[in-house]
Amino acid sequence: MTSDPKNNYWLRRRFGRRTIVKAGAALAISPAIASIAAACGGDDDDTAPASGGSGGSSGDTIRVGILHSLSGTMAVSEVAVRDADLMAIEEINAAGGVLGKKLEPRVEDGASDWPTFAEKAKKLIQSDKVAVTFGCWTSASRKAVLPVFESNKALLYYPVQYEGLESSPYIFYTGATTNQQIVPSVEYLLQEGKKNFFLVGSDYVFPRTANKIIKAQLGASGGKVIAEEYTPLGHTEYATLIAKIKSSNADVIYNTLNGDSNVAFFKQLRDAGIKASDLTTMSVSIAEEEAAAIGGDVMEGHLVAWNYFQTVKTPENEKFVPAYHAFTEKSGKKRPTSDPVEAAYISVHLWAMAANKAGTTDVEKVKEAMANLEFAAPEGPVKVHPTNHHISKTVRIGRIRRDALIDEIWATPGPVEPDPYLETYSWGAEFAKEKKS
Amino acid sequence: MTAATARLTSPGARPRELLRLAGPLVPILLTGAILFLAPAFLSDFRQNLLAKFLCFAILAIGIDLLWGYAGMLSLGHGVWFGLGGYAMGMYLKMEDADGRLPDFMNWSGLTAIPWFWKPFEHAWFALPAAVLGPGFLAYLVGYLVFRSRVKGAYFSIITQALALILSIFFVGQQQYTGGTNGLTNFSTLFGFTLADRATQDALYYLTVATLLLTMLFATWLTRAPLGRLLIAIRDDEDRVRFSGHNVTLLKAAVFAVSAALAGLAGALYVPQVGIISPANMGIVPSIEFVLLVAVGGRATITGAVIGAILVSWARSTLSENYPDTWLYLFGALFIGSVLLFPAGIVGTWRSLLRHRRLPIRRPPFRAPSAVRLDTPGASHE
Amino acid sequence: MDIWLQQLFNGISLGSILLLVAIGLAFSFGLMNVINMAHGEMIMIGAYCAYLAQQLLEGPLGASAPDVSFLLALPAAFAIAGLVGMGLEVTLIRRLYGRPLDTLLATWGVSLVLQQLARSIFGAPNVQVTTPSWLQGGIAVTGSFTMPYIRLFIIAMVLAAIALVWLYLVRTAAGRRTRATMQNREVAAALGVRTPRVDMLTFGLGSGLAGLAGCALALLGPIGPSLGTYYIVDSFLVVILGGIGQVVGTAIAALAIGGANALLEFQLSASVAKVLVFALVIAFLQWRPAGIIARRAAR
Repeated sequence: MTSDPKNNYWLRRRFGRRTIVKAGAALAISPAIASIAAACGGDDDDTAPASGGSGGSSGDTIRVGILHSLSGTMAVSEVAVRDADLMAIEEINAAGGVLGKKLEPRVEDGASDWPTFAEKAKKLIQSDKVAVTFGCWTSASRKAVLPVFESNKALLYYPVQYEGLESSPYIFYTGATTNQQIVPSVEYLLQEGKKNFFLVGSDYVFPRTANKIIKAQLGASGGKVIAEEYTPLGHTEYATLIAKIKSSNADVIYNTLNGDSNVAFFKQLRDAGIKASDLTTMSVSIAEEEAAAIGGDVMEGHLVAWNYFQTVKTPENEKFVPAYHAFTEKSGKKRPTSDPVEAAYISVHLWAMAANKAGTTDVEKVKEAMANLEFAAPEGPVKVHPTNHHISKTVRIGRIRRDALIDEIWATPGPVEPDPYLETYSWGAEFAKEKKS
Repeated sequence: MTAATARLTSPGARPRELLRLAGPLVPILLTGAILFLAPAFLSDFRQNLLAKFLCFAILAIGIDLLWGYAGMLSLGHGVWFGLGGYAMGMYLKMEDADGRLPDFMNWSGLTAIPWFWKPFEHAWFALPAAVLGPGFLAYLVGYLVFRSRVKGAYFSIITQALALILSIFFVGQQQYTGGTNGLTNFSTLFGFTLADRATQDALYYLTVATLLLTMLFATWLTRAPLGRLLIAIRDDEDRVRFSGHNVTLLKAAVFAVSAALAGLAGALYVPQVGIISPANMGIVPSIEFVLLVAVGGRATITGAVIGAILVSWARSTLSENYPDTWLYLFGALFIGSVLLFPAGIVGTWRSLLRHRRLPIRRPPFRAPSAVRLDTPGASHE
Repeated sequence: MDIWLQQLFNGISLGSILLLVAIGLAFSFGLMNVINMAHGEMIMIGAYCAYLAQQLLEGPLGASAPDVSFLLALPAAFAIAGLVGMGLEVTLIRRLYGRPLDTLLATWGVSLVLQQLARSIFGAPNVQVTTPSWLQGGIAVTGSFTMPYIRLFIIAMVLAAIALVWLYLVRTAAGRRTRATMQNREVAAALGVRTPRVDMLTFGLGSGLAGLAGCALALLGPIGPSLGTYYIVDSFLVVILGGIGQVVGTAIAALAIGGANALLEFQLSASVAKVLVFALVIAFLQWRPAGIIARRAAR
C-alpha cells in the first residue's frame, strides 16, 4: 500500500514543534484548572462532609431550597409553582418567619433535565445546606432526586398530583395521589353513564400508571377500555389519533396528555368537528393556566379533575387569589392560580408550621411534627396523614368556562384520605403489593 | 529504536529529543497530579460534580478523535453515552433487585425479568457490554453510513436523527427501560453503598485513572500511523481512498472507538450521578458534548479535557448563579467559541505562543527542521 | 373506507406542514450548504407574530380581532422572520462561510438565545391565538371524514408558497442569480453576481417561509418558546431525503414522510410510527445517499 509521501512527511514535520508547544500549553493551563478547582470549593460554606439537611440556619435566616425547571419544556408549568413558593415564603417572613428567623430562598433551575435535577438537589442539600427543599413537577424529576434526598436524609415537598405508588420517608406529597383525583373522576364518569373509555396519554410514567389504575378500576366496575394510545412528549400532530377516536364508539376520552401536546390535541379535536357537547373528555393535567394557553374558545365545556380551582369559594381562597395575582403581576404578568400553585403554597406553609411546632428545623423532628398537622388551605381544610406523608384533599370535577377559568360541577363532601397504594380498594390488590415492606 | 537511542546519545539533539519523548506525557501527568490533589480542596458535592465532568472529558476525547482528527461531527454521541450508562444502570438495578423484579418493571406491568436483562446481573458481562456494546453498534451504523459515502453535514444530521429515535424508543419501552424516568434509585455497587463517601471517593479516583488512561491511549493513537491517516481523511478523504486505504472501514473503526469511549464515560457517570435516562441520550446533550471539544480545541487531546471541564463547570456555575438568564450566556458560549476562537482554548493558546494565527484546518507548512520523528515508511505504507 | 380517505387526507396534511417547515431550510442548505439549527426559532418567531397581531388588534377591534389579525400576521411573520434571518446571515453565518459544521454549532447557540429571549419577553407559559372564525370547523365530506378548514388552508398556503418560490427562481432576475449561485458559486461570482447579496436574500427568504409556517402552525398547536424544537429534526430529514436544494424532491419527501407517518401511526402507535419512519428514511439513504432527487451539477 502506498500513501502520499509528501503528505506524511508534512504530518511528521508538524509534530516536532507541536509536542513542545503542547507541553508548554499544559503547563500554562494547569493554573487555570487549579483556580477553577479553588473557585468550585470557594463558594461552598465548608469543605467538610455534609451532615445531612438538618442545618439550614445561618445567623438570622433559614435557607430553604426551591428546585423547579425555569428553562426547557417544563418551564411552561414550573415557573408558576416557583412563584407560589416564593409568595408563601414572603407571607411567612412578613408574619415573623420561622422560629423567629426569616426564610431565605435559594432558587435552582432543574432545566427540564432529570440528571440536572439530581445535581441541583445535591447542591442545595450539601452545599447550601438548606433546611428543606420545595420542588419538582414531573415524576421523572422526583424519581431522579428521590435517592438524593433519601441518602442525605433531607426533606423534599412535592406539590403536583402524581401517579401514586410511592411514599418516601423524606418526601411530603401535597398534590393529589391517584385516589384523590383519578379514581374519583372515573367514578364520576361511570355515575354519569359513561362506560366506554378511550385513554389518551403522553408516553411517560404518569399516564401509563394512571391508565393501568383506570383499567383495573373499570374492570371491577363494569366500564370498558376501548383503546389506549400514547404519543411522545411534545407531540403536536393529532389528526391520526383523532381519526382513531372518531372511528371508535368511545363515550369518553380520558386524557393524561402533558404540556404542549394538550394544546395541539384540543385545537385539532375542535377542528375535526368534535365539541365538548359531542364527546366528553376528562383531563387531569389541564389547569387554569394551561386552559388559557389553549384558549377558552377551544376548551369551553371540557371536564377536568383537580382538588382546587381558582373559583373555589372559601374564605382562605378569597385572600389567596388576589395575593397571587398581585405577586405575579410584580414580576411581569398576572397569572391565574391553579391546583399545583395552591399545593405548592400549602407545602411551604405546612413545613413552616411543622418547624415552628417542632421548635427546630431538624429533619426528623419536623417529620414528627408534620403528622396530623392541619391547615386551612384555599381548597378547604387539609390534614397530613400520620404515616404515608400525603395530605387529605377535597376532590373536585370542574367544567372549563369560556374565560378559561373552571367551574366546579361536582365535589366530594369533604377531604379524601390519601391512599397512595390503593389499599382500600377491592381492585387495588395488584398495586398494594408494590408497597415496600 | 536503535536510531532513536543513537540520536539521544548525540549531544546536540539531547534536550529536544527528551522533550519530544516526554512532551506528550507532560499534560497527562499534570492533569493526573491536579486531579488527584483536587479532592483536598473540594467539598463532597464539588468533588462529585468534578467526577461528572471527568466522565464528560473521557467522552470529549472520543468526540475529539472523531471530529477533531477524523473530521466527522457526530450529533448523536448521547446515544453511545446513554447505552453505556444503561448497561451500567441495568447492572446496578439487578444488584439492587437481587433476583426480584426491579421497581419500574413492577409498576409497568412486567411479571418476569426480560431475557436481555438477565446477563446484566453479572459484572463480567455488564461492564464490558457498556464499552463494547456501543462500540460494536457504532461500527455497524458507521459501516452502513460511510459505505454510502455519507459525510459532512449529512452525517451530522443522521446521527442527530439517531439520537432522537433512540430517545423516543427508550421512552416508549417503559417496561424494559424505565421510560422517561430512566433507571435511578441505585443503592449499592459491588456491595458498597453508593451514598458512602468512601465509595464516591473510590469512584472519583477510578474516573481520574480512566481519564488518564484514555488520554494516554488517545495520544498514542493520534501519533500512530492510524492517527495520521485520520487527519489525512479529514483533510482529503478521496486522496486517502485513492491511495488504496479502505476509508469506510477506517472511519467506521474510529467511530466505534469514539462510541466505546462514550460508553465508558456513561458507565462511570451512572454510579456517581445516580441516574441514566433518555434525557441523557437526546439531541440537546449530544450537541452540548460537541461544544466541550469546540471550546477546548479540536485535534488536541488536552483541549478536549480542558474544554469538558471548563464548559461543564461553566454550565453548572452559570445555572446556579443566574437561573433565569444562564441560557443566554450558554448560547453566547456556542457562538463566541466558534466565531472568535475557532481553534478553541488550546489552539488559540498555541497560536499565541507562535505569535501568529493558526487556522484550524490547514496548519501552515513549516520548513523541515533537523529532527526526524520516526523512520520513514511506517507500517501502513 | 371513510377512515382511509381521512388518513389519506391526514397524510397529505402532515406532509404539507412538513413541507412548509422544511422548504426554507432546503433553500439555505441547498444554496449555502449551511445547516441552520435556528431554523426552528424562525418558526417560533412566526407563531409569536400571530399572537402579537391578535393582541394589538384586540383593543380596537374586540371580538373580531382574530379574523383580521391572522391575515395581517401572515405577511408580518414572513417579513419579521425574514429580517431576523438576514440579520443572522450578515452577522454570523457569513463569517463562518466554508465551515458548515461550525455554522451548525453557532446557530445552535443562536437558537438557545432566541428561545430564552422569547421566554423573557412573552413569559415561559404558552400563549394563545384564537382561530379566525372563517377557519373554524371544516367540510364534512361523509359521516366520519372531515377536512378541517385550517388544514385545507395550510395545504393551499403550501401550494401558493411553492408556486411563488418557483416563479421567483425561474422568472425573476434575482431568482436566476440565485440558481446560478447554487449551481456554481465561483463562476456566478466571476460573471458579476454579487453572491453575498444572493446568500443574504436566500437566507432571508428561507427564514421568512419558516415564519409563515409558524404563523399557520399557531392555529394547530402550542405557541411557546420551545415550539421550534418540535419541528427541527423532521425538517432536516425532509431536506436530506428530498435531495439538497431540490424543491420537487423536498416536496416528494415531505409527502412521503407525512403519508408514512399517518399510515403507520394509524396501524401502530405514534411513538413506534415515528421511530419506523426515521429508520425508513435512513434505510432509503443507504440506497440513494443523495436523496430522492440528486443534484447533477458539480459542486
